[in-house]
Amino acid sequence: MTATLELRAVRKVYEVADTEVVALDHAELTIERGEIVALVGPSGSGKTTLCSIAGGLLTPTSGTVNVGGQDISGYSPKQLTAFRQEKVGFVFQAVNLVPFLTARENLLVVDELGRRTGTAARRRAEELLDDLGLADRAQNLPAQLSGGQRQRVAIGRSLMNEPDLVLFDEPTSALDTHLGEQVMALIRSELNGRGTAAVVVTHDDRMSQYCDRVVRIVDGVLTQ
Amino acid sequence: MRLALRELLRRPGRFVTATIILTLVAVLVMFLGGLLDGLIRSSTDAVRAQDGDLIVYSSTAQSSFLRSRIDADTRATVGAVPGVAVSGGLGLVQLGARVPGNGPRDLAATALFGYELAPVGVPDPPGPGEVFADDVLRADGVEVGMEILLGPARSAVTVIGFVADTTYSGQGSLWASAATWREVLAANRPDEQLGDDVFQALVVRAADDADVAEVAAAIDAASAGATESLTITQAVDAIPGVEQQRSTFNQIIGVTIAIAVVVVALFFALLTVERLGLYGVLKAIGARSRTLFAGLVVQALVVTAGAVIIAGGLALLLDAAIPPGSIPLDISPRRILTSAVLLLGAAVVGCAFSLRRVLRVDPASAIGTIS
Repeated sequence: MTATLELRAVRKVYEVADTEVVALDHAELTIERGEIVALVGPSGSGKTTLCSIAGGLLTPTSGTVNVGGQDISGYSPKQLTAFRQEKVGFVFQAVNLVPFLTARENLLVVDELGRRTGTAARRRAEELLDDLGLADRAQNLPAQLSGGQRQRVAIGRSLMNEPDLVLFDEPTSALDTHLGEQVMALIRSELNGRGTAAVVVTHDDRMSQYCDRVVRIVDGVLTQ
Repeated sequence: MRLALRELLRRPGRFVTATIILTLVAVLVMFLGGLLDGLIRSSTDAVRAQDGDLIVYSSTAQSSFLRSRIDADTRATVGAVPGVAVSGGLGLVQLGARVPGNGPRDLAATALFGYELAPVGVPDPPGPGEVFADDVLRADGVEVGMEILLGPARSAVTVIGFVADTTYSGQGSLWASAATWREVLAANRPDEQLGDDVFQALVVRAADDADVAEVAAAIDAASAGATESLTITQAVDAIPGVEQQRSTFNQIIGVTIAIAVVVVALFFALLTVERLGLYGVLKAIGARSRTLFAGLVVQALVVTAGAVIIAGGLALLLDAAIPPGSIPLDISPRRILTSAVLLLGAAVVGCAFSLRRVLRVDPASAIGTIS
């Protein structure tokens, strides 16, 4: 298999009021193409920092980050923006759909902000909505959708740019257990056939059964 | 940009407050501009209407008709200057007019011009004792065929027709032959009476192929500095009070535009603060700061354009509703367009205050930084 994500000796240190806080300490992680990894750890352990670095939202203090064959460790903010447009998908904890766009438009916004493929993007949005069971909800605004449907739209949006890597930030934390399991099953099925790797940040061990592997993090240190 | 337009279409309620305030500001800007234009026009239309290229005053007159004297020798000198095609004498006297049917102390303010070259919209000089009246004098009860009495000497002139857009110094003008003007001047302002061949100013038409500025310089050189030749635009600006009115109103309009900048800046700064979370998410999925800021500018421009369109309509209605002669309001399409451009500029400047905030949105805020 080919590695989609490789973190080598990644360290992230924050300066907080003259004190250094080590959020990530010499992290080593490899995720192969199509692999889904659960990143489990308590609050404040560094899960989100790791996800942010892997997704090009933060740059590491030291170490190398390789995503889809690109070493993004030294990328400028502009390069990271282009990288995120093309290589990564995000599903945020609070879903964060654009409230005044329909489900379909929330998917298409990725294309509008990026390369603008037009017809191809519209076709892809239709396919994703269909796959996610949202074909009949395509014209609904987020406020007209249930929590599970909104999360599915967010998953669709994260896949719009055909990313190498999708980062899920506690995708089930706002859902009840049953719905959470449904969403995890959906993530599993959606990613399986696409060869897309994923990191699922969670502190719920029950959700990790849907992943290929569990990686634990405590105080910024990864244990596999 | 499409994102910004969609928000405007789907959440118009969010922009109603800003649109209402900007509409009021735009109406104020257009109203003030209309007042300025109206005041300036009512002070200067008679000069603006002159069908010539230059107005020649005596050099000591400081561009005032009342102080200026052009005698026959000077006129002959001007006429002989290469590039001068034709010149005509012009004179003015400002007098109160007694209008039949009005009270004895209810005088209409008039400016009686004696002319040789007919201004635009004014026929050739009428016969002795006859005048053409500016149609603003209708508001004072003046009618065609009416004999009105001018000044303390009660010089009688008969109105034989109306002309438009020829007011001077806020007064309705009367257009008479040079002889009639000279008679009325002598009767009512004996200390200012002029000889038969003396005018207050000359209206000069330059030859078709002549450069007007060069002709003006040549006239003043030929008269050995006895004349001051101004283009029509310069003569309009030189009318006492015009520059002061323009400057005062433009300062008030400038302050009003500054208020528009503040309104847009505050409103879109608030919107930006409200959207920081959304901007974080959009940046996380690949939006550039410039795309987000461009969206903000587009929204500000659309809101302002909407306000300007509504305000333009209201200003035109206001202009139509105000009876002629009551206040000098002149709201023209050009004034509306100028106001629109100023307000749209203000919208862009107002948005610029949110630029730093948009640039500083951290895409990592979408996902949190430390967990």
